[in-house]
Amino acid sequence: MGIQDRLIEDVGLRRGVEKLTPEKIEKTVNAVIQGETGARLKAYAETCMRCGMCAEACHFALSHPGDPSYTPAGKVHATMGVLLKTGGRVSPEDIYAMAQLAYTECNLCRRCVHYCPIGIDTAYIMSMVRRICHKLGVTPQYLQDTAHSHSATVNQMWVKDDEWTDTLMWQEDEARDEFPGLRIPLDKEGADIYYSVIAPEPKFRTQLIYQAAAIFHMAGLDWTMPSEPGWDNSDMCMYSGDFEMMGRIKRAHFESAQKLKVKRIVMGECGHAFRSVYDNGNRWVGWKWHPVPVVHSIEFFWELMRDGKIKLAKKYPGPVTVHDPCNVIRGRGLHEKLRELVRFLVEDGIVETASNREHNFCCAAGGGVINTGPPFKNVRVAGSKCKAEELKATGVKTIIAPCHNCHGGLEDTVHSYKLGMEIKFLGDIIYECMERPEA
Amino acid sequence: MNAAYEFVTGPLAWAAWGIFLLGSAWRLVSMYQLAKKKDASSIAFMDWGFSLRSIVNWLIPFNALGWRKNPAMTVATFAFHICLILTPIFLMAHVALWEEFFGVSYVSLPDGVADAMTLVVVAVCLFFAGRRFMQPEVRFITTGQDWLALVIVLAPFLTGFLAYHQVLDYEVMVIAHIVAGEIMLAAIPFTRLSHMVFSAFTRAYMGSEFGGVRHARDW
Repeated sequence: MGIQDRLIEDVGLRRGVEKLTPEKIEKTVNAVIQGETGARLKAYAETCMRCGMCAEACHFALSHPGDPSYTPAGKVHATMGVLLKTGGRVSPEDIYAMAQLAYTECNLCRRCVHYCPIGIDTAYIMSMVRRICHKLGVTPQYLQDTAHSHSATVNQMWVKDDEWTDTLMWQEDEARDEFPGLRIPLDKEGADIYYSVIAPEPKFRTQLIYQAAAIFHMAGLDWTMPSEPGWDNSDMCMYSGDFEMMGRIKRAHFESAQKLKVKRIVMGECGHAFRSVYDNGNRWVGWKWHPVPVVHSIEFFWELMRDGKIKLAKKYPGPVTVHDPCNVIRGRGLHEKLRELVRFLVEDGIVETASNREHNFCCAAGGGVINTGPPFKNVRVAGSKCKAEELKATGVKTIIAPCHNCHGGLEDTVHSYKLGMEIKFLGDIIYECMERPEA
Repeated sequence: MNAAYEFVTGPLAWAAWGIFLLGSAWRLVSMYQLAKKKDASSIAFMDWGFSLRSIVNWLIPFNALGWRKNPAMTVATFAFHICLILTPIFLMAHVALWEEFFGVSYVSLPDGVADAMTLVVVAVCLFFAGRRFMQPEVRFITTGQDWLALVIVLAPFLTGFLAYHQVLDYEVMVIAHIVAGEIMLAAIPFTRLSHMVFSAFTRAYMGSEFGGVRHARDW
């Protein structure tokens, strides 16, 4: 029982550890612990009473009953616990195991926060383990590829500069069939709204850009998208442990918005990007709050509903269930707005999963886990068993999940556990149900 | 035996209290210095209101999700900490000592109640120990430090109970009890028992982040 018994071959992890020596590991571990951590880690390591109450919190633990190596405290014990106890004197093979655990068996979802009387932030500890692994060059290949893309292109998916504007113009062109006056205004100075998306949208979910443009158009909003790098709000470097790059891409994002003198940034339906822009990246760059106000789509659509700017031609057939993405619910408290909006959009309301709102189970794909790619797909699908059971118990056919990563994860969960459910973005529902011009 | 008693209630007691109070103060101050130096992006978000909100919500039994999902631990933990703190402070024999040494007097617990509370502490210690042996998720993460903390806490209550009921040699047991209590006090700043010093702050920090930044409950 333990991570050593379930190691999976990954070329990134393998090549990384092949270059390691015990001396290099010790030096790097201590450089991070002494240089980058402080009272938080020290207090957490010392005051964790090893009570095991957090075992009940984690979807990985609940999906592997009886195996303590999946519990939050168990995962800390096997990674940071060992590094602190040994002063970094561990073998390259140990680092392989720790990296696999930290990158693929913890979604940094923070559900365990609700279980720890002392208030230990396991996600922080695990992200510091990832930080050490990154500095050692031991990162899963697929995740590292996205981090490389961030470094080279300032977006996550190797989207070239001309492809980006081309994609926007293509979507504008397509949409003008349906909405004759529609524009996707590029680089409009002083716009009310700067709309930013994650790079997977232009890469393979372009209909989301189409739908957003349709919604902005029908609501009659003053908005823009930037034509130059900085448009991508996503951030896999935050999850790989490459905090320097996290800072660089967040700075690029904010500066892109500042250059256009927009009133605020509205972000697409993404969870991790919101965490990076709203909570992590800004701090790394040294901003306590945001140099430009930041609003997630849930809140933005909720405002449109409140102000009567979304006019529905019909309601979406329900009932539906709602999946609460960690990074905008536990990370921003948008759960009630999400529900008000969903009740406005669908017939027959919401059937809640047993764990909901701040207490929701993670999709098991977040925290960069889905980005570790095919080698680790079965790890996260196995870890979402308890989520699948809760979804099944709702008896509904539709899951509304306002987050890309959650979509990716839930699609695999729905498929693997044969739940027969469809998964929708808020934008999908609004687009489908809103009033449109007579074509 | 008298000399030993004089020693453990005199110099040793002063030393134990000194280590406890000064040690705790030193740990707190040095931790704060470290936080100021290294955790500025965390300290910036500390907030009194949200700190208290979090602490209060976690002090209500079965209020936090974690308490609700671990009912046995909730009952045990609350009973344990209440008895652990109140019994030594309000035990009649201890109050009498305060009066004898310093002339301060305050209310005390009836002996029968204090006796029962002592047994609660001992029983919960056994429950905690049982969990460390039997429950896989607890056994997996248990270290020597955790056993040490448990033994340090159990010892003064067990010896106190035995001394009060004069089960074994009373004088020996009383001295053992006093020494055990002094070890516990002195160990607080330097063992896992330091959660007594730090947990209010870790809780407050989590409450501040969830209240001020994340606008969500952390319980």
